[in-house]
Parts: sequence; structure tokens; C-alpha cells
Amino acid sequence: MNAVTETWVEVGALCDIPRQGARVVKTAAGCIAVFRTDADEVFALNDRCPHKGGPLSEGIVHGTSVTCPLHAWVFDLNSGMAQGADVGHVATYPARIEAGRVYLGLRP
Amino acid sequence: MMKKLVVIGAGMASGRMLEHLTGWNVTLFNAEPRGNYNRLMLSPVLSGEKTYEEIITHDADWYAARGIDCRFGEPVVRIDRVNKTVYSNLGGAPYDALVIATGSAPFIIPVPGHQLPGVVTYRDLEDTHAMIAAAKPGSTAVVIGGGLLGLEAAAGMAARGAEVTVIHLMGHLMERQLDPSAGYLLQKDLERRGIRIHCKGATKAILGKDRVEAVLLEDGTVYPADLVCMAVGIRPETRIATDAHLEVERGIVVDAQMRSSDPAIFALGECVQFDKQLFGLVAPLYDQAKVLAAVLNGEEAAFAPVQTATKLKVTGVDLFSAGDFAEGPGREDIVFRDPGRGVYKRLILEGDRLLGAVLYGDTADGSWFFDLIKQGTDITDLRETMIFGPGFGGAKADPLAAVAALPPEAEICGCNGVCKGTIVQAVTGGAHTLDAVRALTKASASCGTCTGLVEKVMAVTLGGAFTANANPPMCKCTDHTHEEVRRLIKAQVLQSIPAVMQELGWKSHGGCASCRPALNYYLLADWPLDYCDDRQSRFVNERNHANIQKDGTYSVVPRMWGGVTTPDELRAIADAADRYNVPMVKVTGGQRIDLLGVKKEDLPAIWSDLNAAGMVSGHAYSKGLRTVKTCVGSAFCRFGTQDSTGLGIKLEKLLWGSWTPAKVKLGVSGCPRNCAEATCKDIGVICVDSGYQISVAGAAGLEVKETELLISVPTEDEAMEVIAAFTQLYRENSRYLHRIYKWVAKVGLDWCKDQMEDLENRRALYDRFMLSQSVYQKDPWAELAQRPEDWAPLKTLALEAAE
Repeated sequence: MNAVTETWVEVGALCDIPRQGARVVKTAAGCIAVFRTDADEVFALNDRCPHKGGPLSEGIVHGTSVTCPLHAWVFDLNSGMAQGADVGHVATYPARIEAGRVYLGLRP
Repeated sequence: MMKKLVVIGAGMASGRMLEHLTGWNVTLFNAEPRGNYNRLMLSPVLSGEKTYEEIITHDADWYAARGIDCRFGEPVVRIDRVNKTVYSNLGGAPYDALVIATGSAPFIIPVPGHQLPGVVTYRDLEDTHAMIAAAKPGSTAVVIGGGLLGLEAAAGMAARGAEVTVIHLMGHLMERQLDPSAGYLLQKDLERRGIRIHCKGATKAILGKDRVEAVLLEDGTVYPADLVCMAVGIRPETRIATDAHLEVERGIVVDAQMRSSDPAIFALGECVQFDKQLFGLVAPLYDQAKVLAAVLNGEEAAFAPVQTATKLKVTGVDLFSAGDFAEGPGREDIVFRDPGRGVYKRLILEGDRLLGAVLYGDTADGSWFFDLIKQGTDITDLRETMIFGPGFGGAKADPLAAVAALPPEAEICGCNGVCKGTIVQAVTGGAHTLDAVRALTKASASCGTCTGLVEKVMAVTLGGAFTANANPPMCKCTDHTHEEVRRLIKAQVLQSIPAVMQELGWKSHGGCASCRPALNYYLLADWPLDYCDDRQSRFVNERNHANIQKDGTYSVVPRMWGGVTTPDELRAIADAADRYNVPMVKVTGGQRIDLLGVKKEDLPAIWSDLNAAGMVSGHAYSKGLRTVKTCVGSAFCRFGTQDSTGLGIKLEKLLWGSWTPAKVKLGVSGCPRNCAEATCKDIGVICVDSGYQISVAGAAGLEVKETELLISVPTEDEAMEVIAAFTQLYRENSRYLHRIYKWVAKVGLDWCKDQMEDLENRRALYDRFMLSQSVYQKDPWAELAQRPEDWAPLKTLALEAAE
């Protein structure tokens, strides 16, 4: 049981996530924010800003970035890295779309 | 016995000539079955902006009053020079002098299919009517030729609903009048109106069986067409003169007295050639007409062609060109571009003379440039600043020195007629930013072309204290300021966030968390009926219609009109607090009750419960109307002068649901003791015996500031109208996130007072506010509670992970 590959888990339909928005997937390890960009790409990040724990899923999505709703830290959705002068990192998860459904790559 | 004059052709030139003529017995032949009308105005007739009757220049009464024998619908077929007689299809007419004013004929490209029914030119009323008949919504039309006439035909048919394609042989539109840059802007403008433009397109054939069906280009492209308009050019109509063996080259050759090679025969208008030149624009034709009339009247006169200027008569397209703008050795350009506003200006100079001007998007200075070209003015002293227009006057090399030298009455802002002295006065009076000067004087507040000039006046007045760009850009995504973006949204009719970003050259993809909410607000405020609110461009609180707390829970505040509640409402609030385990219930400073610590997924249910008890969202989270705080007023208080509680409730019911640049809080106090603390609100009302004192621009947050009196009114109805109108003034003019006190500091309270005292303007503001309310005054809770699934997690994987 030392498998390190992730399992793809279906979490819902792409159309249930607003464009330039996000929805939350609850897991035992905490909430994951699943973002959808205006170009219909999906990204999954921990729904917790490393600064003060703000819910990133409630931030404004612009391009492939999100701005935390509490104190306006900006994170790159690809890498989870904080942008600009702020220093911090949010865990990311693989995400893909297949036949209109969204799948997250989660480690069991 | 008066001498006989015969005129062939009732066009604009001969009409003008007849106006100036005396002492002749005139016979006027015209092939068209009508008299003189303003051919230049056929385009407005085509687009539906004018009727034929409106463009008639000389009617039957006019001819009758001058005893002119009109032979309309009678084409002249022959001139007998020996017997001095002209013959029409119906009969002859002798002459002592003859004027040929046959104008021009449209050039037809002899491609296969050019004789099919449905192929028209654009020359006279018949052509215009054919296009009007064809240009029905859903029909297709192809215009061959992207010159002045072709584009007017295209725009006219597009305005009537046809789907129009313009095929142009050259690389850019109107290449005789415009350089490539201006041609490009014109193309973009026309494309925005839904007209397809195909440049470098050579027509190969016009296709169709019984009538025209499509146009085939050399490159193989096929455009369907119910109608084809050929507008590729005109040539002088000289057949009758050629047949009479007059000297004809490209046109009928005339001397400066408009006399042809036969001393008894004159020619006038587009059919003539003088000094190797042909003439197509109206100004030189009118000059010819006056010269010829004088010659026929026995006076001295000579025609000397002058430069001409062109304006395109397509509503909403602002284009001007004059003089010679070809490049050449020894010629220099001065170019000004403002892509954001679609403004392009190019001046062509040779030595110390201005040779040509091409203006696009802002043609206000066209006539001034045209004058400099015509007069051959020595522009050495103007050169540095002339592209900014005549406002600079006799400018010297140092633009600041030039501005300093301007007299106080020199006009700086042409749009609003603001002179230098007014700006200097505003600056010395404390307006130290461009915004403030704009607000106080209106200088540079319309087209904005004089912005640089206004800034220079400010720099001269303030000395070193002024930095030109004291007004920073909106955010890092753009170089435009908030004010510029607001203005451009209106000016360019931008109605979506992507349109704004595209047209104003946003530097980021999708903006940022700073500009997106601002743009969303500007668009919904400026286009209440056309723009669709973008939830994803709103901050979390407005998107979720609840205030997010630091732990990610939300607070819920139902509206309590004027701070008045009922036992039933209180019971419903208490029940909701119990049902959803609300950790804290608190009375707010705005006289209502806050339920703090509600989980996101519970929001739809708690809203639904509160809705059921008759309560709606209190918008405690919005850049919009928050609360109207009241005292008990004359209903209970022994000092109260008016029903302040009642007025507060009415105001809250009037204003609720409106989005504003930043939050708006009101207070209504029933007497000057001011128990509702109205004098530190955004808008405060103090009731007095004689009515209502409305004061504005208070603050009681980071800054503390007392309100200032805006206006006093005697009745409740007027108070409500003023407050709604003032709110609309704020909605339309402030930058996003500026509270009323900040905005008033910029625009000046006096300006606000003027706006409120002008009753017509006040009413118009009120009406615009109510129009917006017709869209936005609705309870978001009721709407959002319908979709509880949107508020729940997309999926809960806790169980699966545990397995």
C-alpha cells in the first residue's frame, strides 16, 4: 500500500462551476477549491490562503490567477505560488475535464 | 427682348448659377424628371435620416417666380451650333448662350453580369430608391468600391437592416482621401456597425440568373447579394459636347470664364475640365457657378480652383481630410494617435506650409487646418503645438512658454468653451488635480483632446507643484484612469467587460481583482438596460449577498425600513437564529439586527425563512444603499417638526437595491437636535418647520466630517426627488470605491448644487435613477434562495476518503 500515483475522482459537472469562479469539494483532509477559468480550464487548490486562512474559492478569478477575498493575496492557479510581494504557497491537485465532468487527481 | 439662355442639366452647380443670374430668359432641360435637389444629401435619404422633400433645393414655385421654362424628363439629344438650337427628344429650343451642366456618369466595371437587374449605381434619386427597396432587414447587399460614395451607400443600407459587404480594390478604404492608418480606423468603425469590408478585392463577375444573386471575386470569394451597388468612380458626362464637336479631353475644356471652345457655349460642374483638373466636390462647383453667373451677367470674373476638404457623411463616423497628404521628398509629418479613443491626426508639412490634414475620430480642428492650407499660412511659429489645434494660438517653441503667453480669454477647451482664465482661477482656488479642474470648469471633460493643454495651463499656474499625471491609472492592467475609462465606456458604447478590455487595450488577461468590480459597476450604472451584471466580477460579499467573516462564515442582516420593526419580524429573526445556531445576534449602528456566524450552505435556507416573514436583504454587504437611520420625529417626539420616521421609510423604499460607487448611508432627523446623527451621513436630512434641509458628504469612519448643505426644500416629495437625483449624480460621475464625501471634494459642492437647482436636469437624473431601479430594485435573497445547490459543496468526499 505504498502507491504514490493519484486516483482520478469525479467531483461534478464542469457546468456546475461558474466561469471565472470556483466550487468547493469537501474531503477528509480539508476543502479543495476547484476553479474554472474563462477559457474553461480547471484547477484545484487547497481552499485555504496561507496568510490568514481565507477561502480562496470565494476570490475573484482573473486569467489563471485568483485573489484571496480576505486580504487580496494573488495566487497562480497553475503552481499555487503567491504572486507579487507576498510569499506563500498553496497545495495544488491535478484536475482535468472529461466529457463535461471534472476529475481531481487525489492520493488515497 | 431678353436674351435666351438654355441650360442642360438641373444639378447642384446649375441651380447655384441660376440663383445668381439676372436678365436672361432661361430654359432648363433635365434628363431626370425633377428639378434641383441636394445630391450630397442622398446618403441621409438612403439611411432614412432625411426625406427627399427635405433635400429639394429649388421647387416648382422657385422656377415659376423666375419665369424659368422647365423641361424636366427631357434629355437633350443634340446641339445645333450653327443655328444655336438644342433639341430634346420632344423638341427644340433656340439659345443666345448655352450652358452644359450634364454632371458626371457613374463608372460601370464591365464585368460579366453587370447588366443584371439588381445592379445599381449611386448617383440619383432612382438609385437611392432602388437601394431603399432592396435594403430590407435580412437582405444582403454588396457595394463595389470603398470610396466616399460607396461607404455612404453601405452605411445607408446597413442602417436599414441589410447585411452589407464592401469590396474595395485598394489596400485601404478611401485611399484618395485617407492614409492607411485613418483608413484602418474607418474600417474598424464600419465593421463595428456590422459592415463587412473586403480590401484588395477585385470583382471578377456578378452572378445570377434572372437577377443578381452574388458577387464573385478574383480570389474565389463569393458574397451573396440581393443588390449590387457599383460605386467605383465617376467620369464627366461629355457625350453631348463630344457630339457637338466641342473641345473635350477628360472633361469639356473651359477657360477661367467657364467658356468652351465655342464662345456661345459654357460648361459648368463635374463635366468640365479646367487647367487639366476635374472637379467632384461641391465647393469648387459652387465657385464655378458664381463665376459663370457673373460672366453671363456681364461682369468680370475668373474661376480659380482652391483646395477642398472631405467629410464622410456617415452618422457617428468622424472623419476629415483636406489638401495633399501623399508622402514626398521634403515633406514631413506630424502624427498624433490615441488608439484608446480611436483618434488619429496627421498633418503634412512642406517647409513652412501646411499641405494636408487627415483627422479621424476628432475633427473639431478640421476647419482651422483647412484654413491654414487654403491661406498657405506660414506655420513656423505654430508648428510645435499645431496638432493640438488653434487653442495654442501663436505658440513658440517651448509649449509651456506658449501657454504662459496666452491671454486669459484664450479658449482652451473648444467643446465646453472654457478659456484659460477660468482654468487659472480654478487652480488658484484649490483645484490642483486634472480631475478637480475638469469638475469645476468642464475643461477637457468632453472630447478630452485638450487634456494636455489643460495640464500645461495647470503647470504654468502651479509651477513645480504640479505633476502632469497626478491622476494614476485605474490599476496595473491599464494606463487609463478611472475617469477616462468611465468616459470611454459611454463614448464608445462599450457594454461588456471583455469589450472594455479589448477596446481600451487592457494589458492583462481577464483583468484583476481591482479593475473587474469597478468595470462591472461602471457598466451596470451606465447601461442599466443593456448590461448584464457579472457576479464573478464582484467581491465575495456582493457575490454571496452576505458579509464574509474572518472564519469564513457570513453575517445576515435583513432590512428594517427606517429602523422600524414589528413583533412578528422579531419573532422570525429569533426563530432563524435558533434554527441555524447563530452564534451572535447584534444590533447594528444602522438600526437593524445582524445575525453573525452563519455557514455558507445555510444561507439560502435562512434567507428563505426571513423572506417568508416579509423581510428582504438589508444589503449590509453592498456598495449600495445601506440604511436610512431615523429618529421618532413628529409621530411621538414633542420636539419633532416633521414625520422623520415616515420620510426615512419612504427614502429607504425608494433607494434600496441601487448599486453605487461605494456604500451610501442616510439619516433623517426630525429636528435640529439631530438624534438620527444625520449630519455625519453620506446624505442627511434635518427636518425643520419650513421643510427639509438636505446636506451631503458627511463621514464617520476613517475620517470624520460634518455634512454640508446641498439644498433646502419645502416638501417631502421634493426631498425624495433631490435625494434620488443626487444619488444618481454620484452613480454617474464618481470613481468606484469613492464615498460621497471624497467625490464631492473632487467635483465641488457648488457644482452639485447647480445640478440640483436646475430642475430639468434634476428631473432627468431622477428619471435615470428610477430606470435603473426598474432593473436592480429586487431582493437578491428571494432569487438566490431558489438555488440552494449553488451554495453547497460541489461534492463531499469525506466518506470515500475514509474507506
